[in-house]
Amino acid sequence: MKESSIRIVLTLPKETWDNPVICKLIKDYDLVVNILRAEILPKMEGSAVLELKGTSDKLQKAINFLKSINVKIRPLELDIIREDEKCVHCGACIAPCPTNAFHLNAETFRVEFDKLKCVGCGHCIAACPTRIIYSPDF
Amino acid sequence: MKKKFAVNKTYEEINEKIKKGDAVIVTAEEMINIVDEIGIVKAAEEVDVVTTGTFGAMCSSGAFLNVGHTKPKMKMEEIYLNEVSVYGGLAAVDLYIGATALPENDPRNEVYPGKFEYGGAHVIEELIAGEDIELEAYAYGTDCYPRREIRKTININNIRDATLFNPRNCYQNYNVAVNRSSRTIYTYMGVLKPNFSNATYSSAGQLSPLLNDPYFETIGIGTRIFLGGGIGYIAFQGTQHAPFGIGRTVKGQPKSGSGTIMTVGDMKQMSTEFIRAASIVGYGVSLFVGIGIPIPVLNERIAYYTSVKDSEILAPVYDYSSDYPSGEVIEPIAYVNYEQLRKGVIEIKEKKVPASPLSSYYKAREIAEILKEWIKEGKFDVSKPAETLPAPESEVKIEREY
Ligand code: SF4
Ligand code: SF4
Repeated sequence: MKESSIRIVLTLPKETWDNPVICKLIKDYDLVVNILRAEILPKMEGSAVLELKGTSDKLQKAINFLKSINVKIRPLELDIIREDEKCVHCGACIAPCPTNAFHLNAETFRVEFDKLKCVGCGHCIAACPTRIIYSPDF
Repeated sequence: MKKKFAVNKTYEEINEKIKKGDAVIVTAEEMINIVDEIGIVKAAEEVDVVTTGTFGAMCSSGAFLNVGHTKPKMKMEEIYLNEVSVYGGLAAVDLYIGATALPENDPRNEVYPGKFEYGGAHVIEELIAGEDIELEAYAYGTDCYPRREIRKTININNIRDATLFNPRNCYQNYNVAVNRSSRTIYTYMGVLKPNFSNATYSSAGQLSPLLNDPYFETIGIGTRIFLGGGIGYIAFQGTQHAPFGIGRTVKGQPKSGSGTIMTVGDMKQMSTEFIRAASIVGYGVSLFVGIGIPIPVLNERIAYYTSVKDSEILAPVYDYSSDYPSGEVIEPIAYVNYEQLRKGVIEIKEKKVPASPLSSYYKAREIAEILKEWIKEGKFDVSKPAETLPAPESEVKIEREY
């Protein structure tokens, strides 16, 4: 069966902080787990960015398992959408973006979004005061 | 001999020209080139009104609503609109909804940084959009107002009055915010990255209303303005109005916050193009308000003020991680001008720092253009204030002996 890999961001509820979640992904689902970033603290909501490799069947089952223990999952690279016609061109999205995907046009003073520069980190979503930046996966 | 201006126009003369369709109206941006080309005296002769604009988050905003009497009558005390608590300590069915009010169950900053998805500003925006709002109110009951509880939907079209009344709007100038600490902070000046990694600013600079009349010579109580897409008025000086004893640049513009205005207008005329709710991550809810003020060019000094350009207006840079929150009087880290800010890079302590805005110059321009059209069409004229706002005497002396 064909192997594939996914990169996901997990938000782990407080109750799972001492659950050996990653161990289960490896042992029960036969996945190769690459931990890109993790922050798990006692009795607190945790987060982790993982790369998972395995057969698509096992990957799907692992995702189902994570969902069953209330872990929130989203893809690492978000597909970002901005509702251009609702933009007030305030500029609050410019600073949080690590790749300068938002830019103030020096002639028109409109804030332009260059989707090609976007790496899908999601920082701009909460920074937009009018909440017109979002991701369907989020 | 007494010193005088070369040009002396009255409000009445300007309004007469507006009525006849002869008045020359330009935006504060256009005025810059006009004065450059023909000088202040000729510009004052030719131009009658300069229009200005600004569009930014203004927390000190809110609305008085009269939601109409119930049957039987009720003196509403504890009141919620879409679960946002509003102020009911007024007569029976009057209330005030503040832009920054939050629903009781909002987690605030418990999950830091809080998202503040909904608050008073959203209720105000939805009212203006014509959407239904859930009203929930409780009362203790009196002989004349027996009812104790109600739940109903209200809509701007079926309530008696909806008046936007903002205690402090339109700061004359504003801080530039940076963060000298080692962690990202979330402020009303947006997301500030550590170690001076970015700067944010919030003024329309050369287009900004109060920077074009730095000593409040034409702007005062009763001045008719563009407010949120409708016609509004200046009610009084805004809270924290403080134009005295501050540093100013050559054309009189203050180098710090300085003056403010209190504004009032009928919400039923307004549009969500110019009144928008703002959810500011880690800070709270605020309201984007669009304001435009016409400045009658009564003499060449006013022409001189209104010719001010971004490169001539300075803003103080403050650290928002410790200096600003401390409440202490602290000297700004630096002064930068709006031309640098708008180009997107300022220099602080020999370090190049990317700068981004929080108020919309695009919308400010749109407002100044709309106001210009309104005056050209004769649907709006300039009003002589009942009283000008408290301000120091102008230090800009261009009167001459004739
Ligand atoms: S923060 Fe939102 S409203 Fe403001 S410029 Fe960016 S996308 Fe537009
Ligand atoms: S998702 Fe990240 S990279 Fe993409 S626009 Fe938003 S902040 Fe920039």
